[in-house]
Amino acid sequence: MTAHHHPSDDILLSYAAGSLDEPTSILIATHLALCPACREQVSKAESVGGELLNDVKPVAIQDGALDVVLARLDEGERGQINVPAPAAVPHDNDLNLPRPLTDYIDGSTKSLPWRWLGPSVHYAPIASHTKGPKVGLLRIAPGTRVPMHGHSGNELTMVLAGGYTDGTGNYTRGDVEAADDGLVHQPIADAGEECVCLVVTEGVLQPTGLIARLVQPFLRI
Amino acid sequence: MFGVQERIDVPTRPVVVIRDAPGNRRDQSSLAVQKICTSGGYDTAAMTELLVAVAEQKDKAAFSQLFAHYAPRIKSYLMRQGANQALAEELSQEAMLTVWRKADRFDRSKAAAGTWIFAVARNLRIDALRKENRPNFDPNDPAFVPEPETAPDAAVSIGETQSRIRNVIATLPIEQVEVVRLFFYEDKPHGEAAQELGLPLGTVKS
Ligand SMILES: [Zn+2]
Repeated sequence: MTAHHHPSDDILLSYAAGSLDEPTSILIATHLALCPACREQVSKAESVGGELLNDVKPVAIQDGALDVVLARLDEGERGQINVPAPAAVPHDNDLNLPRPLTDYIDGSTKSLPWRWLGPSVHYAPIASHTKGPKVGLLRIAPGTRVPMHGHSGNELTMVLAGGYTDGTGNYTRGDVEAADDGLVHQPIADAGEECVCLVVTEGVLQPTGLIARLVQPFLRI
Repeated sequence: MFGVQERIDVPTRPVVVIRDAPGNRRDQSSLAVQKICTSGGYDTAAMTELLVAVAEQKDKAAFSQLFAHYAPRIKSYLMRQGANQALAEELSQEAMLTVWRKADRFDRSKAAAGTWIFAVARNLRIDALRKENRPNFDPNDPAFVPEPETAPDAAVSIGETQSRIRNVIATLPIEQVEVVRLFFYEDKPHGEAAQELGLPLGTVKS
C-alpha cells in the first residue's frame, strides 16, 4: 500500500533544492521513505539541479587549490562531513516508523513527553532543537471525533499508523494533508487502530504552486 | 488549497503552448541552446566516466578534471548562498574532497555525476552554512517502501533523463530557465526570483 495523498510539488522541489527547513524536511523525508512516486519527483528535480550546475557562472578557484586538495586526498577521513548518523533503532519501534523519523526519537515513542490535548488526543514534540516550524507526534484514540477546528497557520500532517477521515478524504499510513487558514475540518480517527500522525506546524512553507508550474516541464519528462 | 494533495497524472510529453508575449520568446529559446552549448564544454557522460574512474581506480587525473569543472561552480553556488569568498573557497575544496572520499557511493544507474555532485554541495551547504541536518530516507531501513517493479523497456536511463532535461532547457523561454536556476542556486523565495526578473507569467510553459 503506498500513499494516496502527497505533499505539493513545491515542497518536494524545495526539499530537492535544499531550501526546505529541517522540521518540514523530517516529514518530507519520512514520506519519501514510504512513497516511491514522490522519490521519483525529487530525483528528477535533483537531476535538473545537477544539469543546471553546469550553467552556474564559475568563480575562479585560488591558484594552487587543486594541488592543496590533491595533497589531501590520501589523508584519512578526518573532519568528515555529511556522514549519516548510525542507524538509531528505537528499542521498541512498534509503529514500524521509518528513518529519518526514528533518528529524531530517542528510544520508543512511548517514552516521549506526551501531553493531553483533548479527550483521547495526545501530543508530543520531537526535534525541539531544530530551527523553524514545530514538529511533533499526535496520537488519537480509535474512533475519536476531533472537535471541528480551523487553522491559524499552515500545517502539514502525515499519518504513521491507523488513519483518519475528514471532509477532504481518508488518510492512512504515508498520506500527507496540508492545512492552511482556509481549512476547517473535523477529522474522525478510523476505528480499530490508534491513529498516530507526524505534524509540522507554524511557519510551514506556503506552497504557491509557482515554482512547481515553472519546473513542471522537467517533472513530466 | 484545501488539503487535498492528490497527484494528477500529467501527460508524458510537455504540452507545447507558448503564449507569445511581446518580443517573441521563440527567438530567445535559441539563446538558451547557445548558452548551454557554450557553458564550459561539459559532457554529462564524460563527467560520469570521470567520477566512475575516481570511484573504482582512485584516479587522480580524472579527479583533477572533475575539480576543474565543478570546484569553480560549487564556489559560485556557495557565494550565492551567502558564504564569503574565503569560506566559499574552503568549502568548495571540502566538497571536492567529499567527492573523492565518497565516490564509491556514486551509483551511475541512479544519477548523473553532476546530479550527485550537486547533492554533495547542497548537503555541505546545509551543514556548513545553515548548521542544520538534512533528513534523508534510508533505502536499507526495514520500513522503506521499495519501487514497484517496472518493465525493463519502461525504465529510462540516466543518460536519457539528462538529455531530456537539456531538451527542456533548450525549448523553454529563457526567463523561465533562469528562475528555475535561481530556485536551485540562489537562496531566494521563488516568487521573489520571478518578480525580480519581471517574469511575465503568460510566457511560462507549464
Ligand atoms: Zn508521495
